[in-house]
Amino acid sequence: MKYTPWGNFPNTQENSVPLNWTGSPLPLVSDSCLPRGLGRSYGDSCLNSPGLLLDCTPLNHFLSFDSEQGILKAEAGVTLQEIIENTLPKGWFLPVTPGTKFVTLGGAIANDVHGKNHHIDGCFGNHVLRFELVRSNGERHICSPTENRELFRATIGGLGLTGLITWVEFQLKKVTSANIDVETIKFHNLKEFFEISEESKNYLYTVSWVDCLATGDDLGRGLFMRGQHSSDGDFSSKSVNSQSPLNVPFNLPSFLLNGLTMQAFNTLYYNKQFSKLSKSKQNYNPFFYPLDAVRNWNRIYGRNGFLQYQFVVPHESGQEVVEEIFKKISDSRMGSFLAVLKNFGKIKSPGLLSFPREGVTLALDFAIKGPEVFQLLEELDKIIISNHGRIYPAKDARMSTEMFKASFPNLDEFLKWKDPNFSSLFFRRVMGETKI
Amino acid sequence: MKHIMIYGASSAMAKQVAHLYAKRGDRLTLVARNAEKLETIKSDLETRYSAQVKTIVQEATDYDSHSTLFEDDLPDIFLIAHGILTDQDKAQSDNSYLLNQFHTNFFSQTSLLTHAANAFEKRGSGTLCVIGSVAGDRGRMSNYAYGSAKAGIEAFCDGLRHRLSKVNVGVVLIKPGFTDTPMTAHIQPKGALWAKPEKVAKDIVNAIEKNKPVKYTPGIWNYIMFIIRNIPRFIFHASRL
Ligand SMILES: Cc1cc2nc3c(=O)[nH]c(=O)nc-3n(C[C@H](O)[C@H](O)[C@H](O)COP(=O)(O)OP(=O)(O)OC[C@H]3O[C@@H](n4cnc5c(N)ncnc54)[C@H](O)[C@@H]3O)c2cc1C
Ligand SMILES: NC(=O)c1ccc[n+]([C@@H]2O[C@H](COP(=O)([O-])OP(=O)(O)OC[C@H]3O[C@@H](n4cnc5c(N)ncnc54)[C@H](OP(=O)(O)O)[C@@H]3O)[C@@H](O)[C@H]2O)c1
Repeated sequence: MKYTPWGNFPNTQENSVPLNWTGSPLPLVSDSCLPRGLGRSYGDSCLNSPGLLLDCTPLNHFLSFDSEQGILKAEAGVTLQEIIENTLPKGWFLPVTPGTKFVTLGGAIANDVHGKNHHIDGCFGNHVLRFELVRSNGERHICSPTENRELFRATIGGLGLTGLITWVEFQLKKVTSANIDVETIKFHNLKEFFEISEESKNYLYTVSWVDCLATGDDLGRGLFMRGQHSSDGDFSSKSVNSQSPLNVPFNLPSFLLNGLTMQAFNTLYYNKQFSKLSKSKQNYNPFFYPLDAVRNWNRIYGRNGFLQYQFVVPHESGQEVVEEIFKKISDSRMGSFLAVLKNFGKIKSPGLLSFPREGVTLALDFAIKGPEVFQLLEELDKIIISNHGRIYPAKDARMSTEMFKASFPNLDEFLKWKDPNFSSLFFRRVMGETKI
Repeated sequence: MKHIMIYGASSAMAKQVAHLYAKRGDRLTLVARNAEKLETIKSDLETRYSAQVKTIVQEATDYDSHSTLFEDDLPDIFLIAHGILTDQDKAQSDNSYLLNQFHTNFFSQTSLLTHAANAFEKRGSGTLCVIGSVAGDRGRMSNYAYGSAKAGIEAFCDGLRHRLSKVNVGVVLIKPGFTDTPMTAHIQPKGALWAKPEKVAKDIVNAIEKNKPVKYTPGIWNYIMFIIRNIPRFIFHASRL
C-alpha cells in the first residue's frame, strides 16, 4: 500500500493493519512492526517496509476529561484537531502544539513535539501524566514520571520503537481565549533576532520567519512574531478543517520551485510588513497552523518530494552557526521559502531521545532535485555536529549513522528499553542495520 | 430528545451512527457482546458530547435475553447492526460453521425484530432499522452463505413493514456496499467504490429520519445492483464474482 511520509521521500510500499481497540493483542508479526499516526513526520521515521505498520488512527476514543483540572485521557490515535475542538470551548488548549493539528497523540509523544512556547513550557512530554504501553511480548505497562519511569522516558521521543502507546493522560493549558494577540517585528539580521528574542522571553509564544535567500547586508532578515492568548474570552474558532477548500490536488512540477519563485515569495512575505512593529489579533488557526489551510501543501514540491532540515545548536555558538549555514544555503540557492527560527528554552524533557535542547533551532525545506541537496546537507551536518548540535529525527530522511550516534548521547540507555520487535526504516538506517 | 437503542454497538458503522445521535443530544442505549468495547464507546460519547449513554452486554445468539430489552424504557428507534462476514470456502466444507453463521446473521435479527416489533406495535410508534447488505440482492458463488442471510433479512423486513404499516411503525433496511470497517480490513487494496463508515452512518440516520423502506448506501449501489440483478444468468455464470 502507498503510505508516504509528509516529505514524499523515501517512496516505499508499506504493509499496514488497522488497530481498532486498545484492549486487543498486537498482531503477530514475523519481522517487525511500527505504530503509525497521521504520517506527518517528514521522513522515514514513520515507515517500516518490508515490516508492518500498525495504523493507530482508529484508536480515536476520548476516555475522560476533567474540565476542572484540565486533564484529558484519550486513545493514542485521537488527533490534536479533535482535542482542540473539544476542550478549547471549555477554556483548555494544548499545552504544546506543533505547526499542524493533523497529528495524533501517539505521534506527539513519540517525537516529543515542541512548539512556539518551548522557552516557557518545554516539550509535549513535559505535560504527559501517564500512558499505557503495549510491548510485543504482550505485557502492558502504565508509565508515568514515577511508575515505570525508564519506559516513560524511553517512550517520550522514542520514535515508536519502545512499543505501542494505547492511551495517554495529559495536562492541558488553561487559556483566556482562542485568539492570540500578536506582535510582529521586523529584524534586519541575526544579531537583531537574538536581541528581540531576549527581550521577548516572557511572551508565551515566539517564532520567526527568515528570508534564507537574502544575502550580504540582508542576510538573516526576517519577521519575529510573539504572542499571548488574548483576554477577550472568545473561544470560537474560525476553523480550518481537513475538508479545507484550498487543496493542492496533485504534484506540481518541481520546476515551479526554482530560486526565482522562492525569492519572490520571500520578498513578498518580508515586505508585507512596513512598520517595524505591528499588532494584530489572530485566531489560533492561522497563528499556529497557517499551513493547515492549504491541504496537501507538501505536493507543491513535486513527485520527487522534499527534505526538511531542522537543527538545534547551543547558544554559545548559535549566531555564528546560523549565519554560516544561511550563507551556505543562500550560496547554494537550493533552500526553501519556509525558514523558521526560534530559541529553545532551558526546560528539559523527560525523553531520552528528545530532540529539543537549550539553544537556537532552524528549520527549512529543500526540494529534492538531485544529489546536490544531499551533499549540501552533509556539509551542514558537519557544522552542526562540530558545534554539539543535532537534527530532528521527525523531519529526517538522510542523516548518517555517525551523525545520529554523535548527537544523541542517551542512545545506549534508550536501546535497553527498545522493543526487540519494533523497528522503522529510520532506525535501521541510522543504526547502520540492514536486517529488520 | 429521542431514545435510540443500537444493537451491535461496537460495529464501526453503528459507532458512527451513535456519534451522530449523541451529537444532536439524543439518549442512547448501546448493546454489544464485549463489555470492554462498550465501556470505551460510552466514555467516548460522554466525553465528546456529554451524551446520556446506557450499556447492555448481550450475545446476539443468546435468544432468551432478547425480550428483556423491550420490557421497559422502550426506545423510539431500534437499530440492528451486528453481523459477521462468512468465509464462503469454510461454509462449503464445514456444515456446523455454515449453520452457525445463520444464527449470527439471520436468526438473531429475526428474533430481535420480532420482540421489538411487538412492543412498537403495541405502542403504535417508532422505527426499526436493520443493516442488510447489497450481497443479499443476488447470490454469487463467492459469498452466497452471507448473502442469503442478508436476503432473508430483506424478505423478513418486507413482511414486517407490511404488517406494521397499519400501526405507523417504520421498518428501514440499509444496504451498504463495500465499507471500510474491521469486517473488511483484510480485503486489500480498497478501490474507489469503498465507502467510509462515517458516510454510511449519515445515510442510516437520514433514512431513518425519512422512513425510507430500503436505502442503498452510498447511492451509487442502486445502479450497480440494478445491473447485477439484471445480468442474464448465462452471462452471470461465465463470471467468478
Ligand atoms: C506542517 C507541519 C508542521 C510541523 N511542525 C512541527 C513543530 O512545530 N514541532 C514539532 O515538534 N514537530 C512538527 N512537525 C512534525 C510532527 O509534529 C511530528 O512528526 C509528529 O510526530 C507527527 O505525528 P503523526 O501522528 O503524524 O505520527 P507519524 O508521523 O505517523 O508517526 C510519528 C512517530 O510516532 C510514532 N507513533 C505514532 N503513533 C504511536 C503510538 N500509538 N504509539 C507509539 N508510537 C507511535 C511512529 O512510530 C513514528 O515514530 C510538523 C509536521 C508538519 C507536517
Ligand atoms: N463492511 C462492509 O463492507 C459491509 C457491507 C454491507 C453490509 N455490512 C453489514 O454492516 C453491519 C455492520 O458491520 P461493520 O461493517 O460495521 O463491521 P464490524 O465493525 O466488524 O461490526 C460487526 C459487529 O457485529 C458484532 N457481532 C458479531 N457477532 C456477534 C454476536 N454473535 N453477538 C453480538 N454481536 C456480534 C461485532 O461485535 P464484536 O465487536 O464484539 O466482535 C461487531 O460489533 C453488519 O451487519 C454487516 O454485515 C457491512
